[in-house]
Amino acid sequence: MKLTPKTATLLVLAALIALTPLFFPSGYYYRVGALIFVNGLSVLGIVILTGYAGQVSLGHAGFAGIGAYACALAPVHLGLHPALAIVLGAVISAIMAWLVGRPILRLKGYYLGVASLGFGILVSMVLSNERWLTKGPDGIEVPDLGLRDLLKDMGLKLANGEFWYFFSGICLLIGAWLVLNLYNSPTGRALRALHGSEIAARTVGVDVAKLKLQAFVISAVYASVAGSLLALMNKFVTPDVAGFMHSIEMVTMAVLGGAGSVLGAIFGAGILTLLPQVLTVFAEYEQLMLGAVMMLVMIFMRDGLLPSVLRKIRGRGE
Amino acid sequence: MSLLEIQGLGITFGGLRAVHDVSFKVKPGEIVSVIGPNGAGKTTLFNMISGVYQPGAGKVVLSGEDVTAMSPHLLARRGMSRTFQNLQIFQGMTVLENAVSGYHLQERGPILADLLGLPSSRRRARAAEEGARALLARVGLDRAAEREAANLSYGALKRLEIARALALQPKVLLLDEPAAGCNAVETEEIDHLIAEVAASGVAILLVEHDMKMVMRISNHIVVLDHGEKIAEGDPATVSRDPAVIAAYLGTEAEHAHG
Repeated sequence: MKLTPKTATLLVLAALIALTPLFFPSGYYYRVGALIFVNGLSVLGIVILTGYAGQVSLGHAGFAGIGAYACALAPVHLGLHPALAIVLGAVISAIMAWLVGRPILRLKGYYLGVASLGFGILVSMVLSNERWLTKGPDGIEVPDLGLRDLLKDMGLKLANGEFWYFFSGICLLIGAWLVLNLYNSPTGRALRALHGSEIAARTVGVDVAKLKLQAFVISAVYASVAGSLLALMNKFVTPDVAGFMHSIEMVTMAVLGGAGSVLGAIFGAGILTLLPQVLTVFAEYEQLMLGAVMMLVMIFMRDGLLPSVLRKIRGRGE
Repeated sequence: MSLLEIQGLGITFGGLRAVHDVSFKVKPGEIVSVIGPNGAGKTTLFNMISGVYQPGAGKVVLSGEDVTAMSPHLLARRGMSRTFQNLQIFQGMTVLENAVSGYHLQERGPILADLLGLPSSRRRARAAEEGARALLARVGLDRAAEREAANLSYGALKRLEIARALALQPKVLLLDEPAAGCNAVETEEIDHLIAEVAASGVAILLVEHDMKMVMRISNHIVVLDHGEKIAEGDPATVSRDPAVIAAYLGTEAEHAHG
């Protein structure tokens, strides 16, 4: 049987998640791995919005902030189980994305980028300023998800780092499966069509405004769930999660790795999560090196790291 | 009864009258060509009919319904499809995917079903793909189906655009210079294709620079100059019209007939 690209991608991803821990020198690396998976999950939303539909958002951390603070606040104030708080955050993010996206996405060009930027800043400002609810810039504690204890009762004992590594890994796999399903589906094709030529997409009957909005809402849900996971994993969250830098990071991860490809985007998330840890040897020049690496990739590998490297390898094989 | 009726259509760009008071009709199975010198307003007229521009005056009537300034995706649902003078191929897609995209209205479904990869979603996609493969065979691109569309020759891309437009199973097909940049052999292929589509009952509106082609396949010709209709009629009448010869045709028309 011939492997479809979708199955192959999922198998590679599953193998990476399952086998990489064999090479971990210490438990600390489980945490780094989990961080990569959570970042990867939010970047998968960007794959749909930017990689497929060609729309750029500079405010997606706003949705991560909504997801994160839903997990901090809903269990305390509404008595909701943290797992349900993830769902609540996703629903709020979806509604916000719909409300924000509806007027913006009818416009063309860079309006979405600028308007979403405003949205992200607004969310982080609210999170910083409404101290009575969010405790302000110092951050707030987040309750435990409780799933690890549940697994322990069932006889599966995992260290905290291990649990989050595998749990976020499974979430990433599910997220990737959905994005891959979309790629070759009618809706995915229409999204990629409007990326290729908006006017031609309209003439074949694509309701461009509606489709962009759908992509925006789905990517917001991805960011929200990733934000929730991040908060639950750290058991603590600050308004930085919704900050401008986090939004930029998401887009950079996607574009650096290859926004059009699922593996590429996750690869980008991995690189950008790891690189700052590796580059600490450069001490005060760390940011400079990071910037240089990103510039070089964009100059020499415009489709992103993974797609460019794969094409090189394939080109040599032919 | 005419399928497409253009009534007194006009538009001004910053005080410049790009198109003024143009009227004509297209019946099912008929090929109507719009000709005129460069800058006569042909593509502008096309863009108004297909909903890309909002006309400043006049009406577009499709199957008896007023569709003036209607959004292109709604016009597509009512049976109008078009190609573009400067190619509008979906970049980053294969030839087959480009053709399948033309089936959007048939294959679209709930986005949730598509995300979950439900059998219904795959069934819709498969049906569209079968149709697209048949269409590619019809325009002679079946062997290029899996190639990146961007790597095809100009003439092949022109045919791909026609295939994509035909995928909508249109009642009215607008072709904006389908033979531009094509060699003689490719032009003849497109020629046959257009005649074949018209024979199946589709109303065709054509903008074309290749006079030989226009004279050969059109049932009716509308001549524009400086945004206004200066003549219309069958090819023989139009090519003898002194106003037309003065404005544009000149030696080219004699060529076509000589």
